Amino acid sequence: MPYKTLIGLEIHVELATKTKMFCSCANEFGKDANTLCCPVCLGLPGALPVVNKSALEYAIRAGLAFNCNIATHSMMDRKNYFYPDLVKGFQITQSDIPLCSGGYIEVDSKNGPKKVGLIRIHIEEDTGKSIHTDRGDSLLDYNRSGVPLIEIVTRPDMNTKEEAQDFLEKLKSTLQYIEVSDCKMEEGSLRCDINLNVIDEERGLKTNITEIKNLNSFSAVGKAIEYEEKRHIALLEEGKNTTRETRRWNEVENKTVVMRTKEVAADYRYNTEPDIAPIVIEESWIEEIRRNLPELPHHKKARFIREYGIPEYDAGVLTQSKDLSFFFEETVKFAKDPKQVSNWIMGDVLYRLNEEGIDIKDLRFSPKDLADLLELINEGKISNNIGKKVLKDMFETGKKPEDIVKGKGLVQISDEGELKGIVNKVLDENQKSVMDYKNGKDKALGFIIGQVMKATKGKANPQLVNKLVLEALKEK
Amino acid sequence: MVSKEVVKHMAQLCKLEFSDEELDNFTEEFSKIVEYVAQLTEIDTEGVEPTYNISQKIQPLREDVIRESLSREEVLKNAPEEQYGYFKLPSVIE
Repeated sequence: MPYKTLIGLEIHVELATKTKMFCSCANEFGKDANTLCCPVCLGLPGALPVVNKSALEYAIRAGLAFNCNIATHSMMDRKNYFYPDLVKGFQITQSDIPLCSGGYIEVDSKNGPKKVGLIRIHIEEDTGKSIHTDRGDSLLDYNRSGVPLIEIVTRPDMNTKEEAQDFLEKLKSTLQYIEVSDCKMEEGSLRCDINLNVIDEERGLKTNITEIKNLNSFSAVGKAIEYEEKRHIALLEEGKNTTRETRRWNEVENKTVVMRTKEVAADYRYNTEPDIAPIVIEESWIEEIRRNLPELPHHKKARFIREYGIPEYDAGVLTQSKDLSFFFEETVKFAKDPKQVSNWIMGDVLYRLNEEGIDIKDLRFSPKDLADLLELINEGKISNNIGKKVLKDMFETGKKPEDIVKGKGLVQISDEGELKGIVNKVLDENQKSVMDYKNGKDKALGFIIGQVMKATKGKANPQLVNKLVLEALKEK
Repeated sequence: MVSKEVVKHMAQLCKLEFSDEELDNFTEEFSKIVEYVAQLTEIDTEGVEPTYNISQKIQPLREDVIRESLSREEVLKNAPEEQYGYFKLPSVIE
């Protein structure tokens, strides 16, 4: 195919600081409208911004995690435009000298690992939030006005939607690991815009860049890229070009629609913010932040493969979130077989977490409890299947696995004498199946084993039942 | 020389409306100001670091500690109209 898609991303991330960027109002989501405001974040005359030290620290932490250069001297600028959610008529942001520049994030591509370059990460303030009513009014809440943001701008280094989605996954998990942001797209603490165009390499043509906004999930990002790619290629094939414009992703109709054209370059008249002096960051502070960075997801993934001998896929899943990786490592401390722990966490534990929409932090049982459950299975006290039922109970009640097994009488029956009696009784009651088996119908064996399991309420040791039934059938 | 079109554009960006007479006056005045400031371009700045801020101070940083915000009543005092605790405005989207 002669076409090549170029994708760049612009990501806004709200920093999880206690207070706003330039004032001491709480930075909190979901409070009653206009209850977290003061003269600074309302843009009242005479109010002066003072930079939040933690916001700078979080932004530097992100810059270091993504291999950026940190500017020891930077500054804030005003971006001027009028919109009701922007109280001052300008947004305080960074233009000429961003706090972080360069850097990269490594993503998985079809041809192996690939570095996606970052142009910059700068700090700025968020705007208020508008709600548009059916009656044609706009309602404004300024609780979000002045919340610290970082804007991360990538190079157009991604070529497929898979690369873009992997980039976002890696970005998100790293930012969560370093505790810079909770990155909840549904709450708007992570927002992503796409810049995309297509090159026809054979004919040496390229389409104009389209910007796509209003993406509320990583899957929407994938779908929007796919849609735009097709649209750009179709135009190229007709000998046409795209318009330089901003489009909005319409989730309901699964397509992008024009928001505004960019015929005239945006005129924001950036100027130095006169109320904020130059920001000087000591090298020693940067080094201190670097030293205190936690283990990053990709390092942890490599260590899990090395240390626990689990497959790369498992290590990838388990290190996606810091809490999940912690739960795995804690469980492994008490368990014998890391791969078994990985199987159970990736299987039943994650399944139930997703099913019930709860976070691993809110589990009712501890890593030690899970390890104890696995030990009960490994000792042969309960079967694997009963183990799954016990886990379900642990999810619901938070009870210890031993107590559940004892309380419900789930201990596996591994007593040969006891099981032989049950097997014989089942065979006597199912003469027809015995005959069928003798006549070569293998299916009958499964039925007989099923009847034995039923008679023991699933508690019989399955391997032993299998062996005993076969022996008994031989004698018939 | 600042053109009339530039002045019109600036007025638009500032959401201001000028009469023809005002436009003519501003065009002349802006041209004079730009001409005056343009003298700076005659200075040789070869090898001089750009000055972004004339303040010699370094920005002091604030510790990340929450302080009380204004009450909602105080916040909404400047609202032209309010509803459900929000500032109410005519719609800004088409």
